[in-house]
Amino acid sequence: MTAAAFGALADTPSSGRRRAWMRSEEARGLALISPTFLYALALLFLPVLIVIAYSFWTQDYLDIDRTFTLENYRQALTEPIYRDLFIRSLWISLTVSIVTVVFSYPIAWFISFHGGVHKNLWLFLVTVPCWTSYLLRVMSWKVILGYGGVMNTGLISMGLIDKPLTSLLYNSNAVVITLVHSWAAFAILPIYVSLQKIDRTLIEAARDLGDSRFKAFLRITLPLSLPGIISAFLIVMIPTVGDYVTPRLVGGKDGVMIATAIQAQFGKGANWPLGAALSVTTMVLVSLTAAAVVLALKFTVRRIR
Amino acid sequence: MSLLTQRLRVLPFLPAYVALYFLFLYLPILLLPVFSLNDAATTTFPLAGFTTKWYASLAGNSVMLQAAWNSLVVGVAVSLLSTVLGICAARAITRYRFRGQRAAAGLIMAPLFLPEIIVAVSLLMIVLAMGVELSLITVILGQTVFCVPYAMSVLVSGFEGFDRSLEEASYDLGETAIGTFRRVTLPVVAPAIVSSLLVTFTISLDEFILAFFLSGTEPTLPVYIWGQLRFAAKLPGVLALGTVMLVASILMLTLTEILRRRAERRTQMAFTLP
Repeated sequence: MTAAAFGALADTPSSGRRRAWMRSEEARGLALISPTFLYALALLFLPVLIVIAYSFWTQDYLDIDRTFTLENYRQALTEPIYRDLFIRSLWISLTVSIVTVVFSYPIAWFISFHGGVHKNLWLFLVTVPCWTSYLLRVMSWKVILGYGGVMNTGLISMGLIDKPLTSLLYNSNAVVITLVHSWAAFAILPIYVSLQKIDRTLIEAARDLGDSRFKAFLRITLPLSLPGIISAFLIVMIPTVGDYVTPRLVGGKDGVMIATAIQAQFGKGANWPLGAALSVTTMVLVSLTAAAVVLALKFTVRRIR
Repeated sequence: MSLLTQRLRVLPFLPAYVALYFLFLYLPILLLPVFSLNDAATTTFPLAGFTTKWYASLAGNSVMLQAAWNSLVVGVAVSLLSTVLGICAARAITRYRFRGQRAAAGLIMAPLFLPEIIVAVSLLMIVLAMGVELSLITVILGQTVFCVPYAMSVLVSGFEGFDRSLEEASYDLGETAIGTFRRVTLPVVAPAIVSSLLVTFTISLDEFILAFFLSGTEPTLPVYIWGQLRFAAKLPGVLALGTVMLVASILMLTLTEILRRRAERRTQMAFTLP
């Protein structure tokens, strides 16, 4: 885009106009953003294009055959093992994002409406856990949910169970709990920002005109905070679908997700084109699911209103 | 006080819910120091006794120290590079209006909305396809892509409060562009820049997936920890290391927060002054 703009510039006949453009807002803005933009273009956009290209090629040992084929996608979509992994990954990321948003909303609401002068302190406390080592946080959940872990010893000492539960760790529930914990702050912050933007006099007006607290919340606060809910939802759902560490550490056999399969294609004895096709399919599926949920959310909120 | 009791009457569950939520958030983090000081190789209750031997074992672990050094080098490079790139983009977006602004910003912010493994895989493919050897440099280049969005969001909010008339005044009084930047712009935006450096350093220090794919034979600290997690007997040592990293992250974050608040107070004062 930058290149196109400069290309257009070369065509302008008069050098006076050219100099004027060079001094204009637009030229300066473009010039200033171009280092960052080109960096992202070279190390994000281009690599993603290469992944897409690879997904239509095939690999024979070390040689890449560049004839167009849909074979990788056929494998990715029809082989039962990949199909199960896709379904489970989408299901887990959908559950995680919904649970995270639902449980975080009251916290964001509390900070925004009842945080008083200490709003920033509350936000700081919310974000601290999310900056500590990701690997060790996941590991810590393994310690909590494990056979002799905190949860089991706690429940036994309270007399609720006789012997340790084995159903806590190494399944998809453990993955969901751990991911909800990891992404909590990412959901609270966007919701908080959209709650802060709400004009409080609107809520007062609704109350004065006879709405109950709950009704005023449903008709004013909730619809106006929808943009925050949607970005919280997207920022949690899309990255969690490709999480690698959590399923590996706490997922066991029943919690394996698609990232493990993608990683396997890039290890030894690899199949890059298949790995690329799995990556692209993941992106497409998660985008479609997210779009469907966002539409459903918008529709529901409009109905409530 | 009456206001608080009134609130409590309306929403009796809320304080309890907030307390439970914070317990959920902090429980896993508080367990790390507990088990790192426990005199047993297993991480189960009841605790066996107090010891600092796991911390002592860290000091003599040369592989770990090398990994820590690698992480430090990568972290410093990534925070400098992504903050410089972030400054360019944030300044362009807050100061100028131009065509393609939204598209450019969208591409730069995209890593926030992509599964990290896909960013990692695509970078690995381009690096290997170009015949570049995996090293700390590839980790730095990769993590910078991932850190720029964070740097940019910190910097954009720092630059947004900046009053352009100050710069114009400086130009009118005969200062050059560079002089204006150094003497007018920089002092106002400096806290945001420092925050950005600290935040991106913290992210880089903790980042695992990109480092895992791109580090080759030189592990960073998270990649080293990942290797250790396979051995149950090494867990307490890893927890001790984790506690050290935890304390370091919290110190850095507190510093960032203090700087941010100071900057906020300064801008508020600038606005209230006649």
